[in-house]
Amino acid sequence: MVQYRFHQYQVVGRALPNEAVEHPKIYRMKLWATNEVRAKSKFWYFLRKLKKVKKSNGQVLAINEIYEKKPTEIKNYGIWLRYQSRTGYHNMYKEYRDTTLNGAVEHMYNEMASRHRVRAPCIQIIKTATVPDELCKRESTKQFHSADIKFPMVFKKVRPPTRKLKTTYKAKKPNLFM
Amino acid sequence: MPFKRYVEIGRVALVNYGKDYGRLVVIVDVLDMNRVLVDAPNMVRGQMNLKRLSLTDIKVDIEKAPKKKALIEAMEAADVKNKWENSSWGRKLIVQKRRAALNDFDRFKIMLAKIKKSGAVKQELSKLKKQAA
Repeated sequence: MVQYRFHQYQVVGRALPNEAVEHPKIYRMKLWATNEVRAKSKFWYFLRKLKKVKKSNGQVLAINEIYEKKPTEIKNYGIWLRYQSRTGYHNMYKEYRDTTLNGAVEHMYNEMASRHRVRAPCIQIIKTATVPDELCKRESTKQFHSADIKFPMVFKKVRPPTRKLKTTYKAKKPNLFM
Repeated sequence: MPFKRYVEIGRVALVNYGKDYGRLVVIVDVLDMNRVLVDAPNMVRGQMNLKRLSLTDIKVDIEKAPKKKALIEAMEAADVKNKWENSSWGRKLIVQKRRAALNDFDRFKIMLAKIKKSGAVKQELSKLKKQAA
């Protein structure tokens, strides 16, 4: 399969037990990171903002990667995110059609970088969900929902089947009609 | 010139780049403007960029994202294999493959056959020239 840059992890952690609290509450978080080390770090970052616990007085109980359950089905993914622009923080909702959630998240990071010049560290994913067809908000995803979708390929990209056969000059003009 | 081959559910396409080069696949669903979900009897269903596909004239009658068994049945019903092997595009590809797989003895046999064929053509030509003269 494709190598995705961002993987989805489930991190479970709690504060360390002490005399006051014998069994501290256990918190579980699903987040995206490039690897497990970063996932744990992000877990503490978010948990610090929500609860009075830090990595120094807490422990990670489990970290597992979450894989796509049905990677051969096309789904509409809605992603809610919070990002930092040059002038402040904003919330956003974006929709993507993809087979896997990791693919949609990767698409989102690339799109935010290209459209808004927002780099990956400045993006926080608030929530992701699989959106059924009727509840999609964006026209660009809704236009692919029809059952008898049909469109022509207007421009045929002429390229050699392997990079080895690539040359600067060719003997004939290419036929661009599909 | 209007378009005759459309990206649609059931269109048969040939992969023209990448790991699955040369494989005939069926477009099973459309992801977005550039990508489609693609399936064939011997491969796992996956997404592919339209840039890697060349559309053919053959179309299979299926619904959106059918089960593998239903897809294979529909491909049998539409007789994809025979239609492809009898089309001029398919025949050319088969000939290319055979030519690439020749050994030295085969090439020798082909040389003899070519000489024989051109000899027969030249004989007929000289006969016709004599008649015209």
